Amino acid sequence: MSTFVLLTLTGLGLAALYFLVASGLSLVFGLADVLNFAHGLFLSVGAYATWWAAGHVPGAGPTGFGFVLAAACGVAAGALVAALVELVLIRPLYRRTIEQVLVTVGLSLAGVALLQATWGADPRPFPRPEWTRGVTGIGGANIPNASLLLVLAAAAVLALLLLFLRYTRVGLVIRAGVENREMVTALGIDVRKAFTLVFAIGGAAAALAGALGGVYFGSVSPGQGGSLLIFAFIVVVIGGMGSVVGSAYAAVAVGLLQQFVNYYGTAGLGDICVVALLAIVLLVRPQGIAGRAVTA
Amino acid sequence: MTQAVPVSAEAPPAATPPELEAAPRRGGWRRLLVLGPLVALVVAAVLPYLQIPLPGVLDGPFNTYGNLQLFAVCLVFGGLAASYDLLFGRTGLLSFGHALYFAAGMYGTDVLVTHAHLPLWQAAVFTLVGSAILAALLGAIALRTTGIAFAMVTLAFAQVGAILVARDFGGLTGGEEGLPIDGDRLPDFLLGVGNTVNLYWLALAYVALVVFVVARVAGSPTGRVLAGLRDDERRVGVLGLDPYRYKLVAFTLAGALAALGGVVYVLILGGANPHVTSSELTLSLLVMVVLGGPGTRWGPVLGGILYMYLDHRLTSLAADLPGPLGQPLFVLGAIFILAVYFFPGGLASLRGRLALVSNALGRRRKDETVS
Repeated sequence: MSTFVLLTLTGLGLAALYFLVASGLSLVFGLADVLNFAHGLFLSVGAYATWWAAGHVPGAGPTGFGFVLAAACGVAAGALVAALVELVLIRPLYRRTIEQVLVTVGLSLAGVALLQATWGADPRPFPRPEWTRGVTGIGGANIPNASLLLVLAAAAVLALLLLFLRYTRVGLVIRAGVENREMVTALGIDVRKAFTLVFAIGGAAAALAGALGGVYFGSVSPGQGGSLLIFAFIVVVIGGMGSVVGSAYAAVAVGLLQQFVNYYGTAGLGDICVVALLAIVLLVRPQGIAGRAVTA
Repeated sequence: MTQAVPVSAEAPPAATPPELEAAPRRGGWRRLLVLGPLVALVVAAVLPYLQIPLPGVLDGPFNTYGNLQLFAVCLVFGGLAASYDLLFGRTGLLSFGHALYFAAGMYGTDVLVTHAHLPLWQAAVFTLVGSAILAALLGAIALRTTGIAFAMVTLAFAQVGAILVARDFGGLTGGEEGLPIDGDRLPDFLLGVGNTVNLYWLALAYVALVVFVVARVAGSPTGRVLAGLRDDERRVGVLGLDPYRYKLVAFTLAGALAALGGVVYVLILGGANPHVTSSELTLSLLVMVVLGGPGTRWGPVLGGILYMYLDHRLTSLAADLPGPLGQPLFVLGAIFILAVYFFPGGLASLRGRLALVSNALGRRRKDETVS
């Protein structure tokens, strides 16, 4: 029983990490049709900015409130980089899907290399608040606090995103844009402003994933974002592109499946099961759990 | 947006597809151009006999073993990029899983030779057939989606390959260490540093084969349908042709060509290396094709050769370059982004652009070919 609880909660922690990356990807894709390969870069930027801020920004530090401040710096940096990328690189290629993908691919290669040139390719030890190194007993299992932190953060982000999308005017524009961008444009609303905002939100969520992922893994390295990105892509496809709620369901399914199979089967089998799940979902329901049809 | 924009409709920035271009016009030097590929092939084949020093470009003359190995690698990637172009530039399929079939060719040959003790030619045949079947199966699933979803699904499949190799199930793949190929099972002329030149010729033959096959396919009726799929998939469907079937053919053929490249590459490296399973390799294939010019005969080959050359060269120059310039991927990524904005047709469009310039200068009035 305690093993079950442990696996469930650590699986949810993994799911939380996936959700934080996938929600931004999904929104960006749903609204702007951009498959963002640079999303992993936003994650790495968030992680490195948090790590840097913990050592350099006055008031920020590796513990307690200082860490919250450092993470806030990381999130701000992620949002800023994402917004800049949208304004400078993506916007001129509006509606040219392939070129946008190509630019984000180039950006992910160049950006990771830039991080490597600045801070080296080796993993750096990440500042971890004292509390996150401990464990909490739940149902007879000792759950790492870092997992709990991730789950709480992801739940908060999900709630905030849903509130924002449902009850604000900009959220309404974004939802309408995902449904039918032409109509929104025809009604005289500048959807492109929403693009920048969605990029910034996605970048912030990814940066938060980077900061908390640093706490979870205990270190930060330039390539970290890239490996998470592939599973985030899978989550987005399974969940249905453009749907935040779908991403949440899919992230939970993927995280739990991966954790349980990796524990009861051979290591690595869980990752393969996740791809098998993707294949099954595509065969049975190509538009994803909550999405509209992506097949033309 | 109401419906997913079919990506294939806006696919690569190719100019007039060469397969639909009018027959070459008569003219003294044009006839030479027709023979150009043959001449290039002969020149490339005799290069190892020439002692040309290329200061700044190469360390030492062309036929040192190191340089021959480097160029063999460049040629394999030129061919691999050309096989990827069959998907991306010719059919408009944005696959992110092409590295999987290359890796299948490498690891398939390596495992069959090293663990199953098959002779090389048997291992190569089995690997090729197996990789083609793998490509057909995975393509059959992945092609149920289109556009961006297709890209993601192929990426996920390739990731399984990377995991399988990295986890080293049953000690087959050697995990992170890679798997050196068992030299005792290989023919003598492929072994040893002194025979590097044979590997170079093998790589050259591979490129020639891929270019030939891709050009033949592109010029055939099937190739016209593929170009049609790239430009307007719905229209091909309306004409009564089944897009799915044609795309699957292109996917399988490209996968088999990539696997053949893997067979050659494992011989050049003397073993399989888990780096080839990484998604980074597929991304760099995309970079090669776009830099070279998607949908053209020579663009992807040149792009692949140039990319690998720069990657290698920048790595060896890294110590002398300041800051981020010492990272080859930073330079290549930056060049790539600039190319997407300013050279949408890649290297292959340069000839057309130069022709435009010379037209403007009023010298060669009739030379307006854009290839």
